[in-house]
Amino acid sequence: MRLELQKITKQFPGVLANDRISISVDKGQVLGLLGENGAGKTTLMNILSGLYRPDSGKILIDGKERIFRDPAQAIDAGIGMVHQHFMLVPVFDVTESVVLGNEPTKGPLGSFDRATARAQVVELSKKHGLHVDPDAKIESLPVGVRQRVEILKALYRKSDILVLDEPSAVLTPQETEELFDIIRGLAKGGTSVIFITHKLNEVIAVADKITVLRRGAVAGETTPKKATAAKLAEMMVGREVQLTVSRSKSHVAEPILQVKGLNVLNDAGGRAVNDVTFEVRSGEILAVAGVQGNGQTELVEALTGLRLVDSGTVALEKKPLHAGSPREIAMAGVAHIPEDRNRDGMIKGMTVAENYILNTYHLPQYSKNGLLNRKAIAAATEQAVKDFDVRTPSINTDIGSLSGGNQQKVIVAREFSRNVRLVIAAQPTRGLDVGSIEYIHRRIVEQRDAGAAVLIVSTELDEVLALGDRVAVMYEGRIVGILDAKQATRERVGLLMGGITK
Amino acid sequence: MNALKKFGLKVRVPALSISVALLVGALFIVFTDLEVLGGLLSDPIGALSLGIGRAAVAYSALFRGAFGDPATIQKALESNGDILVWARALRPLVESVVASVPLIFVGLGVSVAFRTGIFNIGGAGQFTMGAVGGTLAALFFGAGVTPAPIAILLVMLFGLIGGAAWAFLPGFLKARVGASEVITTIMLNFIAGQFVFFLVSNFEFIQKPPRIQPVSKELSQFVDLPGILPIASLRLDIGIIVALLTAVAVSWFLFRSTRGFELRAAGLNIAAAKYAGMGATTSIITAMLISGAISGLGGALVAVGTVKQLSPGIAGSVGFTAIAIALVGGTRPSGVVATALVFGLLQHGGSLMQVQTGIPIEMLLFIQALVIAFIAAPELTLGILKNPFRRRTRAVSK
Repeated sequence: MRLELQKITKQFPGVLANDRISISVDKGQVLGLLGENGAGKTTLMNILSGLYRPDSGKILIDGKERIFRDPAQAIDAGIGMVHQHFMLVPVFDVTESVVLGNEPTKGPLGSFDRATARAQVVELSKKHGLHVDPDAKIESLPVGVRQRVEILKALYRKSDILVLDEPSAVLTPQETEELFDIIRGLAKGGTSVIFITHKLNEVIAVADKITVLRRGAVAGETTPKKATAAKLAEMMVGREVQLTVSRSKSHVAEPILQVKGLNVLNDAGGRAVNDVTFEVRSGEILAVAGVQGNGQTELVEALTGLRLVDSGTVALEKKPLHAGSPREIAMAGVAHIPEDRNRDGMIKGMTVAENYILNTYHLPQYSKNGLLNRKAIAAATEQAVKDFDVRTPSINTDIGSLSGGNQQKVIVAREFSRNVRLVIAAQPTRGLDVGSIEYIHRRIVEQRDAGAAVLIVSTELDEVLALGDRVAVMYEGRIVGILDAKQATRERVGLLMGGITK
Repeated sequence: MNALKKFGLKVRVPALSISVALLVGALFIVFTDLEVLGGLLSDPIGALSLGIGRAAVAYSALFRGAFGDPATIQKALESNGDILVWARALRPLVESVVASVPLIFVGLGVSVAFRTGIFNIGGAGQFTMGAVGGTLAALFFGAGVTPAPIAILLVMLFGLIGGAAWAFLPGFLKARVGASEVITTIMLNFIAGQFVFFLVSNFEFIQKPPRIQPVSKELSQFVDLPGILPIASLRLDIGIIVALLTAVAVSWFLFRSTRGFELRAAGLNIAAAKYAGMGATTSIITAMLISGAISGLGGALVAVGTVKQLSPGIAGSVGFTAIAIALVGGTRPSGVVATALVFGLLQHGGSLMQVQTGIPIEMLLFIQALVIAFIAAPELTLGILKNPFRRRTRAVSK
C-alpha cells in the first residue's frame, strides 16, 4: 500500500508540533523518518495511528482519503505500530501475546483456540523470517526478541504499513543488525515500513528514502545514496554538527581514582562486580565498554555510594571512599551522571531550579537556618541555564516537560557545578539527539582537559571509542581487558565484550 | 488576568466536580423517594415534578443550613444590631466553619505525609491522641493552676505531642523494618479510640461525674478557648485562627524550607532523593512526626474548644474525610483549606436538611464520595464541560 500524509498540521497549546508536514511511503519501501527529540516525529505518528486528530491535512492510503477517529480504525486500515516501549504482558507466552485482542476461537462458547493460534504464529514467523519460540514466556525473552513479538503482533493484524518508533534504542549492535535484516525482508515482501529514529547511521543503513524533520516541519528529503551522516545531521539540527568530538592529546598526571580488588553484590546477592582493579588519572578518560548487565551498573553504584561495597577499596586522591554516603562522595569532588536519568538523576514534578540544587541544596549558599535561599538558587540556576544552553521556558518549569536533551543538560550542569575531581558518567547520552550528544561529549572532554579524571560507562561502542583515552571492557563482572585508544579497535573491543580474551 | 486564568484552571476540576456531584445527588433524592417511585407508572409527570420539588426543598434546606437563611439575614440587617437576631442569622455559616476546623487540621496533617509519599491514613488516631493530650493538659493545668494563656498553650503543646507520638510509631516501623504505614496507621486508629474509652471510664479525675457515661469532664470548666466573634453565643474560637496559621506554616515549610524540599523530593522520587544524598529514613520519620503533630493539634483544639469533652468517638469520620480533602485539595495547603470549608458547609447544611426533610445525612457522604470520584477522574469531569452530545464512533472489526 502507498501511504501519503499531506500537509498535516497539529497545534498544541503553545507549540506547533506539526507544521504542514507531508511524507509518503510506497509499497515495499522503507522510509527513514529522522529528527531530533521534539521535532514532531511522535506527534505525526500518533496522528497516523489515530491517537490524535490533525488540525488540518489529509491521510491518503492508496490515493483514498482516510480519517482515523481512534486507533482501531488505523489498525483496520492496515497501519501497525511498534512502540518504543513494548506493550506486552510479561506472563503471557509468545502465541498469546501475538493474538491478544484478535484470538481465533472455536466451539459454541467461543473458547480460545490455542492450536490454531500457535499454527498461525508459527506460519507468520516463518513467512517473514522472524524467529521466535511460540511457547516462550515474554518475561524470559531478551528485548530484541520481544521486539520481534511486537512486529509479529502488527503483522498478525494484517498491517501493510509498519511504523517502528525508535526501534534500536533498546537493542545491542547485533540485535540491531538482525532487526535491519527483518525490515529488509518485510519490505521485499511488500510491507511499507516507516522507521523513526534519530540515529544517522541507521537510516543510511536501512532506509530507501529519508525524510528529515526539524521543529515540526519537513527540513528535507534525500536518499541514503546521496546522504552522508554529516549532511543529515546538519539537516536535523539546522547547523553544522561535529559528529566526532575533537580532542587534544590528554595530559595525564597523577592517579585520582584507585579501585583495588572491588567486589560488589547485586540485589539478588550474586556477585555483580568481581575483583575489579583499575585506576583513572587526572586528565584522562577511561571508557568502560560492555554489553548491558555485565556489572557496570553495580560498579557505578558502588563507586557513588548507592550500593554497599562487599570488599575491596576505592580511593579518591588517596582518601578512602568505599564507605562513603552519596553525599560524602559527591562533596569529595565526584560528579555523577546517572545511568537512568528518569529514575535517579532528576525529579519530575519539581522545577528546573529545584533539580539544579538537588544535591547541593544543603550547602550554605543555598540554605540558611533551615530555609532555602530562593534568590541565590534562582540566580545560580539562571546562570547554569545560560551556560549550558538549557532550552526551558523558565527555571520554574517542571523538568518533566523538557526534552530529554535539556533534562540531561540540567543534570550535567548540576554535577559540574561543584568542584569536580572525578566524573562518573553512566550512559551519558542514552536516548539523546545528535545536538545534545555533541554538546554533552564536549562538556565531558572539557572536564578532562581541566584536569579531572573521567570514567565513562557506556554500552554504545561508538561512544566508548570516540571518548576513551583508554578502554576497559567488562564481562560478567570482571574487567577482561584495558586497551589504549590506539589498540582499541571496534573488532578487538567487540570480541572482549563477548568474553573472548583468546 | 493571567493569575486569574491560572486560578480558574486550578479550581476548574474541583468546582465542576462539586456541582456535578450535587446534581447526581439530586437525582438520587428524586429516585429514592418512595412516593415518587410509586407514582412513576401511573402519573410519571406528576411523580417527577413531586420528586424535583422534594429535591429543591432538600437543597434549599442544605443551602440554608450551610450559609444561613436569607430571610433571617434580612431581618438581622433590619434589626438595628439586635444580637439575638444576628446570632440566629449567622449561626449556620459559623457552624459550617466550626465543622471545617478539624477537617483543615487533619487534611493538612495527612497532606504533609502524602507529599512525602507516605499514605498516612491514621489521621483519626493522631487527632484522637491529640485530643487526649489536650484534655489531660486542660485537666492538669487548667482551672487556675496556670494562667489561662499558658494553659491554652499547654493544651496545644500536649496536642502536638500526642499526635506526633502516635504517628512516630508507624513512621519508625516503616523506616526501620518497612512495615506498611497503611496497615499500622489504620490499626492505631482503633487503638486510639479504645485507649480513650479506657481513660474516660477508669479514672476519676478524667471521667464526668457521676461516672456512668464513658466521657470526660466538661472541659470548659478548666480551659476556655477565647471566641473570636463579638457575639458570645456563636462558638467560633481561636481554633480556626490556629488552623489557618497552620496552613500558612505548612505551605511555608513545604516550599521554603530545606527539610520541606527533602520531603517533597522523597515523595516524588525516592530513588533520586537517595542519589542526591537525602536520608530516606529521616524523611519518613520527620514527615510522620509533623503530620501527626498537626492532626493532634487539631484534636486538642476541637476537644477543648468545640466539643469541650473527650469521648472515644471524638474523631468521628474526620480521618477519612480528611484524606479525601487532602486529595481534592491537591495536598496544597490553600487547596486543603478551601476544600475543608466546602466540606464543612456540606456537613452542617446536611444536618439541617436531615432535620427538615428527613433525607438522611448519609446523603452528604454520598455527595462527598461523588466529589472524590469526579476529582479522581479529571478527564471524565472535564469531558462533561465539552459537548456531551458528540458521538464517539468506534470502528467495528471485521
